[in-house]
This record gives sequence, C-alpha cells and structure tokens, in this order.
Amino acid sequence: MSILIDKETRILVQGITGREGGFHAGQCQRYSREFADGGGAVVAGVTPGKGGQEADGVPVFNTVADAVRETGANASLIFVPPPFAADAIVEAVDAGLPLVVCITEGIPVRDMVYVKRHMEESGAVLIGPNCPGVITPGGCKMGIMPGHIHKNGTIGVISKSGTLTYEVVAQLTEQGLGQSTCVGIGGDPIIGTMYIELLRMFEEDSATEAIIMIGEIGGTAEQDAARWAKENVTKPLVGFIAGQTAPPGRRMGHAGAIISGGEGTAAEKMRVMSECGIHVTESPAEMGLTMAKALGKV
Amino acid sequence: MNIHEYQGKELLAKYGVAVPKGGVAETADEAERITQELGGAVVVKAQIHAGGRGKGGGVKLAATPAEAKEAASQILGMTLVTHQTGPEGRLVKKVWVEEVSDIERELYLGVVLDRATGRPTIMASTEGGMDIEEVAEKTPEKLLKIPVDPALSVWPSTARRVAFGLDLPADLVREGVKFVTNLYKFYDEMDASLVEINPLVQTKDGRILALDAKVNFDDNALYRHEEVAAMRDEDEEDPLEVEASKFNLNYIKLDGSVACMVNGAGLAMATMDIIKLAGAAPANFLDVGGGASKEMVENAFRILMDDPDVKAVFINIFGGILRCDILAEGVVEAVKTVNVDVPIIIRMEGTNVEKGREILEGSGLDFTVGNGMADSAEKVVAALNR
Repeated sequence: MSILIDKETRILVQGITGREGGFHAGQCQRYSREFADGGGAVVAGVTPGKGGQEADGVPVFNTVADAVRETGANASLIFVPPPFAADAIVEAVDAGLPLVVCITEGIPVRDMVYVKRHMEESGAVLIGPNCPGVITPGGCKMGIMPGHIHKNGTIGVISKSGTLTYEVVAQLTEQGLGQSTCVGIGGDPIIGTMYIELLRMFEEDSATEAIIMIGEIGGTAEQDAARWAKENVTKPLVGFIAGQTAPPGRRMGHAGAIISGGEGTAAEKMRVMSECGIHVTESPAEMGLTMAKALGKV
Repeated sequence: MNIHEYQGKELLAKYGVAVPKGGVAETADEAERITQELGGAVVVKAQIHAGGRGKGGGVKLAATPAEAKEAASQILGMTLVTHQTGPEGRLVKKVWVEEVSDIERELYLGVVLDRATGRPTIMASTEGGMDIEEVAEKTPEKLLKIPVDPALSVWPSTARRVAFGLDLPADLVREGVKFVTNLYKFYDEMDASLVEINPLVQTKDGRILALDAKVNFDDNALYRHEEVAAMRDEDEEDPLEVEASKFNLNYIKLDGSVACMVNGAGLAMATMDIIKLAGAAPANFLDVGGGASKEMVENAFRILMDDPDVKAVFINIFGGILRCDILAEGVVEAVKTVNVDVPIIIRMEGTNVEKGREILEGSGLDFTVGNGMADSAEKVVAALNR
C-alpha cells in the first residue's frame, strides 16, 4: 500500500511536447519499466493543437477530457509554463481527474487564489505547484525526482522542498529505512495540499509505519499540522525545518519561504512541533538518524 | 518586488484610492517648485525602501517653498539609517513633497494573503500609525480581519463592515466604502502581494486619505505588469543580488564568511543551517536551480567570489535534474577563470556523482571533498580555522 499513487496510476502529462515535459515523461516511463513492472506509467499527453501526434510513443491529445476518455488516465502531471499553468490545473480538475500534480515553478499567486477557490467543491487533490512531485517506490514515479535513490519501505515523507527531500530520502535509505510514498508539497505561498491532509492519508495507510515532515520558514502550515497531529496521528513523527539562519523579510528562493512580521521563523515552528510530540532535529544531517532513533532502531 | 512610496501613491491614485496631492523631486529646486504649486504647508519625505524614515530624520515639515527647498537639500544625498536599513543605511535620491493633511484620526488598512485559507484578507484597525504586528500581538481585538471570497471580490457589504469597523462617522462611510473597494481592486488586478496604508487618515475637513503607502508585488506576475516592472530601483538592492538576478540565480547576501552554492532552495537553507551548527556563518543563500547549466554554475561562482567577506566556499549539490558532471565542469571552468584564493569544499550526491568526482579529481585543482552534510560542514570550519 501507499498513498496517492501506485501501479494502478495511469499518468497523463500536460505539456508533454515541451522540453521539460518530454524529458520527465520519459524518465517516469523508464521508472515504470525498471522499478514498477510497467505499472504507474504515462498513458497520455496533452498539448493543445498537437492532438493526434505522438511523443515518444505516447499519444497526444488536444484536451484533458479527450485524453481521459481515450486512455483512462486517472492522474495529471503538469509541466506547463507559469503563465498557462493555472489554466492547465483547472482543465485537469474540470475533466474530473482525482489527482493533479503541478511541477511548474513561478505561477502568480493570484492565479492560485482563483484555482484554489475553484477546486473547493471538486474533491480533486492538487499537489504543488512548485514541487518535485510524488513517488511511491516500486509503484509509480510522478515527478522530477531521481527515482533510483528511493527504496520501497514504510516511511511516509512530506516535504516543501525538492532536493532537500532527496537528501532526507538518501539519509533514510542509508539507515535501512525505505519509503511508502514521498510527497513534495511545494514551496509556494498557496499550494493545493498542505501537511494535514497528507498526515491523515499516511495515518490511514497500513503500509506506513512512521512519517517525516520537512518544512521551511514562512507561514504557519507546520504549526497547524503539528497541533492537528497531536490529536490525530498515532504513528511516530519526525520533523525538520530549513531556514534557521534565514534573515527576516527576505524570500529564500521559494516564493513562500519568507519570515514576515515575526511570523514563520524556524525556531517557532520547531518549538511548536516539539511541544506536540514530534521528534524534531536541528541538524539537516540527522533527519534519517532521528527517524531511526524514533523507531528504536539505533 | 518593492516600490517607493511615491510610486505606490501614483499607482493607487489611478485606481481611485484617495492620496494627498504631491510630487516627486530629485533636487531642492524641484521641491520648492512643487511646494509653490501645492500652495501651502508640505511634508518632505525621503524615498527609500524602508520604514522608520521619520525617526531617522528623513521626513520634515515645511511651511513655505523656501523651507521646503531647505528641507529637501538636507534630505537629498543623505545616508538614511532606520531600523529596517541596517547600519549602512541608504542613500536618498528622491523626496516626495505632499500637502500637509489636517489629521483628525489615524487608522490602519491593509490587504494581505492569508496562506492558511488561500484567501486575500482585509486587515483594518483604529490603531493607525503603529506597528501592526504589535497591535495584532498585544490587542488582537483591535485588529479586524475580513477574508475576501475571490469569486465575489469585495461587495458593498464587505466594505461597509470595514468602514463601520473603523468607526468612520456616518457622513464618511460612503467615502470609506469607496476607498476599501478600490484598494482591494488594486491589490487584485495589479497582482500585489501586500498593500498597507499606515496610517490611513481621517482629516478634519472630512476626507479619507492614504498618508503612507507600502506596496509589494508578486515577482512571478511582473510579466503582465510592465509599468510596475519598470519601477524596479536597483540602487535599493545589493549589487551582487542585482548581478545574480541577471543570470536567473537566486542569491541573497548575508553577513557570514562561508559562501554556499546549492541546488534547490530547501537544501540551500539547510546548508546554511549546518554551517551555523558547525560553528561558522553563511555568507549567502544561493540556489543555482534544478536545471542549472555549466554557464550558470560559472556565473554563480564568480558572484560568490566577488564578496570580499568570503573565506571559504561550500558547494553542496544533490543531483536530480542537475547532473553532478555538469556541476563539476562548471566549477572547474570557473576556478580556472576566476581568481580563487580560498579553500573549496565540495559535497555531491545523486545523478552522475561518479562522473562528477572524476572530473574534479582529474582537473588538478585543489578541492576538498566532503562526505555527507555534517562531515562537509566540519571540513569547511576546519579550513576556516587553518
């Protein structure tokens, strides 16, 4: 078991004829062949105006609705450039897809305000934008992460970051701890899915034994999640917050990573997480070790 | 992106948000002429991207055009230090000269994004002129927060709640409603990330005016607001940050001595954290991005070495899309062309890491290779102490 995606996932790639979309669709296919017995594969692409073509053997359609009808795709992976990405999300949601993963970085916040409002009653799950995507090791890779560093196992990973997620995965693997599913939720001020919904999914997932949440400065999502977890999560929870040395008022790369008005500091987030019973490490070099300790394995 | 107060007021005025009459001056003579045209007492305000200007001597009252000229000549060219500028202060190149408002009450009005709900939120308080974070902390009951449904925008009933919440007298409610409605329209249509009117004033002659205006814009939306993008004032930014932005590099200058080059914002922050934990301080934040080219890595390296405070370089790369061999080639090229006289510690993991290590080792250049984040950070500190 896992959350969000597995071998049954049939991926549709919006923006498949672009440079990024094409490259990563190929990488997802390769992961499916090498690690998932052909499951969790890309079955369709969408690029308006290029319907009827093929991209590396994958049929391309003009609209998401066409692609879903013809191929039975049940999740969309978006690589559309920032000015058009919000529209791509809306198209996927309106076509009835239950899962949309948006990799695009640089979508205007205002566009996401409208997307989030539009999605309220849709029941669809949006991961991202500005995220590395989702991977269930051995099941399905739906994103831009290097697949080979992941190992099938029982740790659920939730992270705002891309490469820092790879770092934590490598540390977990080094401790002999595989992953059930790794979710990069994205570093923008407005993201489709925050920690709480994913904590709920991991709590309910029988294959997940423990969860690690990697946060960063800005906003209060980590504190909100910690307070919720205290009441609702029974599995061991490990946490790290990046940006302990970040100055206030500066955006640290991610659009959402900013301490404003004294809110969103790493110290405050780690304090609340600790108070709520989360095993917090101050060192980014000890994320895997902290999990191993929480599970009594070292 | 930040803009100056005078730019904010000019943009707001176009949206029908009431601001005091005034003009911007680059010389004392211009300030004198603007005062003559306004025909009364004025306030001369230094234009820099920082708050606390009054306390630093950057805001002066003038009763006559001659006084305004004198005030402007004092302020223009001064290095203004406030609690937001840092000790080095900022050079004042422009002043905003505006009519003096006869103030009855000082209020607060702002529009910000509530990240938890994903909705723009109107913030209003009768405690104007104060630090609003302090109001929120000490007297939260005096801060009115009204979330806006983006599908509806601000309807008259929403704006009336704000106007009555600010205790506006009955005959000013109409004007207050107009102010709130137009301010929100500006925030939404112009892709602002923050609009803060502090203070919003109610004048003795029965007007509602934006006495100050702090406006920030969403960098990701500047492509659709050319007029705003043109307002960028590079003199208000760190020169190295301006240089980095030309190459699409995310660079922020800090005050430590260990330069960092990292791929990914989260890992870059974590790298700064591990440097601190090891007992040193980062000289910068630098995210070369997921898909960095050899040229980007070279440019990044050159910018790092332009910082005179740098005593060591820590390169921490987890190769995903950015392959380690590409990074290694870029670093080797850069070290050959840029004069490097400080130790370089490199830690690489992920895609094509073996190839990357081969390139570094075969280059004949002097690198220290770290093993994992903690070991690398310790090697950085050891190199600093040598």
